[in-house]
Amino acid sequence: MFDFFFNLPIFVQALIKGLAVIMVIFPIAGACSLAERKVAAWIQDRPGPNRAVVPWIAWIPFLGKFLQRLGVFHVMADGGKMLFKEDSLPGHVNKFYFIAAPILAMIPALTTVTVVPFGAYITGNTVVPLALAPLDIGILSVFAIGSLGVYSLILAGWASNSKYPFLGSVRASAQLISYELSMTLSVIPVFLWVNAPGREATLGFARVVEFQSQPGFWGGAWFGFLMPVSAFIFLVALFAETNRQPFDTVESESDLVGSFHTEYGAFKWGLFFVAEYSHMIVGSAVFILLFFGGWNPLPWVPLSDVAVWLHLVDQPVILGILSIAIFLGKVLGMIFFFMWVRWTVPRFRYDQVMKLGWQKLLPLAVINLLFYAVVIAFLQK
Amino acid sequence: MAVITVERKPLTFAERTYIPQIVGGLKTTFKHLVRKKQTLEYPEQRPAIPAGYRGVPTLVKDPNGREKCVSCQLCEFVCPPKAIRITPGEIPADQPDRAHVEKGPQAFDIDMLRCIYCGLCQEVCPEEAIFLQNQFSMSGYTRAEMVNHKDRLYELGGTLPDQHFKWDHKKAAAEHGNAH
Amino acid sequence: MFNLFALLVVFGAIGVVVSKNVVHGAMSLLVSLLGVTGLFVLLDAYLLAFVLLLVYAGAVVALFLFIVMLLDTHGDQRPGVKHLPLIASVITGALVVVGAASFIMHARLPEPILANVPVVGDSLKHYAYQLFTTYLLPVQVIGFLLLIAMIGVIVLSRKHEEAAS
Repeated sequence: MFDFFFNLPIFVQALIKGLAVIMVIFPIAGACSLAERKVAAWIQDRPGPNRAVVPWIAWIPFLGKFLQRLGVFHVMADGGKMLFKEDSLPGHVNKFYFIAAPILAMIPALTTVTVVPFGAYITGNTVVPLALAPLDIGILSVFAIGSLGVYSLILAGWASNSKYPFLGSVRASAQLISYELSMTLSVIPVFLWVNAPGREATLGFARVVEFQSQPGFWGGAWFGFLMPVSAFIFLVALFAETNRQPFDTVESESDLVGSFHTEYGAFKWGLFFVAEYSHMIVGSAVFILLFFGGWNPLPWVPLSDVAVWLHLVDQPVILGILSIAIFLGKVLGMIFFFMWVRWTVPRFRYDQVMKLGWQKLLPLAVINLLFYAVVIAFLQK
Repeated sequence: MAVITVERKPLTFAERTYIPQIVGGLKTTFKHLVRKKQTLEYPEQRPAIPAGYRGVPTLVKDPNGREKCVSCQLCEFVCPPKAIRITPGEIPADQPDRAHVEKGPQAFDIDMLRCIYCGLCQEVCPEEAIFLQNQFSMSGYTRAEMVNHKDRLYELGGTLPDQHFKWDHKKAAAEHGNAH
Repeated sequence: MFNLFALLVVFGAIGVVVSKNVVHGAMSLLVSLLGVTGLFVLLDAYLLAFVLLLVYAGAVVALFLFIVMLLDTHGDQRPGVKHLPLIASVITGALVVVGAASFIMHARLPEPILANVPVVGDSLKHYAYQLFTTYLLPVQVIGFLLLIAMIGVIVLSRKHEEAAS
């Protein structure tokens, strides 16, 4: 089977790999919408969606009931509804951009996935990361393509040709650009540390994870512990970039009626949400790769050690799946954290968002960068 | 009233970063996350109806199985949204146990799309024949279904204990020559 | 692939000049920039491609749109092209075409020199090294230029505020 796969033309291989990743991302994005509702309900002492069920699954004695209580079928019902609902196109909109906006939202969201490594396997003594396109400049391409996501919001708001969407898109363009700055500055210390003299320079993720899985106390510590301020700035900026509470001034139902997607319905609206969750997944993945050890299960316990303990060193497929599972587990944990914060911290006002971004976070990021530049210069002299 | 001026303390550094507060908030929400759920899962679990609950208005019978309503139409007149319609009628002669009742309703309709559950009908009824009882869930597919007719009202109302047995007294009085 | 991206660049650029709606213009600029990015990727200059994408497509055009939206809410029609600029642009365009044609037909690039050009596009370290040694002066000059421009904008907008109040 593997021979068959590797004998395929390279283009077909890439297509299959890409489809496989998308087939994972899409259901996760769907499951996120369920998780969002469930976590929201649990935090509010409710059981959450638990009614919909498919009859022949309900007949399975224990599992059927469990799945029903978990609300799994609500996702399918929602998806089906969104597919078959009338896809309305209001008369007052700019039709081209109105239709283009949700598509534009999906493109960067799915493109950024390609450069994010999501697992690793071991051949010989080297840990080989699994990624669709292991670029040398991974973090830069994530930022670059991710920054294109703002156009979907701007265009959606502008094309809707009505008041609240428009205000939302103005907010979006300002907010996303403001926080991109602090985000970029906050990851520079990580790459300064990783690009020690005497090695080939890289901005890829694989090296970062490799650095977090070295032996010894300092080598095994994740960057989240070594650079808590960087991690914190990145996390806050990530919340702002993905328009999650407490930074969802772009969406804010209460003052902007949902803002840029006010005029959208059915499938186009759904695309916006899949894109938002994909952004969250990719953002969480980047955060975990940079600051929380990537596919290493625990701090000071790298994947290679686990492979030795479980005698999986010469079984790359099983180890690869294990590493992907660890990584996905961490990503899902992060997504839970997103939802947890959503029900804890109330939304900031728009001026507070701007003040926090420019007057607090950006100076903090600059000071942090200078501090680590000096420290790293001393350490790696 | 004495005014107590409270000095507003300046925020400490830790407070100005918001972080301890946010962590505290996260702790609180997490406690709720794992706590026992408060929801009453309605169709399976029914709420305990407190005494004095004002549900759907119903007609009741007395312990002898006679209808209490004498179609005086007071409830019809008092009803603020005019939900009640009564067609008064004579008591048929072939019902000896109701012989001393003055009148009875031929038809008694309560339009539940109009009813506002104010309870004025219950308050005004001289015969204690109409009660707002425990029934709280009314639904139907058509407007016609949402009008409670007389038989439905009695079915919902059932029999309530009675302290007076007014018509028994009337009957006894009549049998004793109406000597008050 | 090259043709596709080149077409994107050219049509995007034409769109910027021709389109009457400011938002259409900004979006055409974005398309053009994406085309340039694609060309860079074809040349294996990933760093350049993504920096271009990050700075211009990600931030500058978004800011353009932001400004456009703040200034006039409808992305209003801008005046059509007048005669004099039209004639001027046609003449300039013709000059560029003639220049390019003559360059293609008559110029001879010595082949070996092209091969000797140091490849800096592939390695980050190379880039950084070149940027901070050989090209340090231009980088610094551009930095100062931008700083001056920024201060100028601040001063100008201040004056505007004072005049308004």
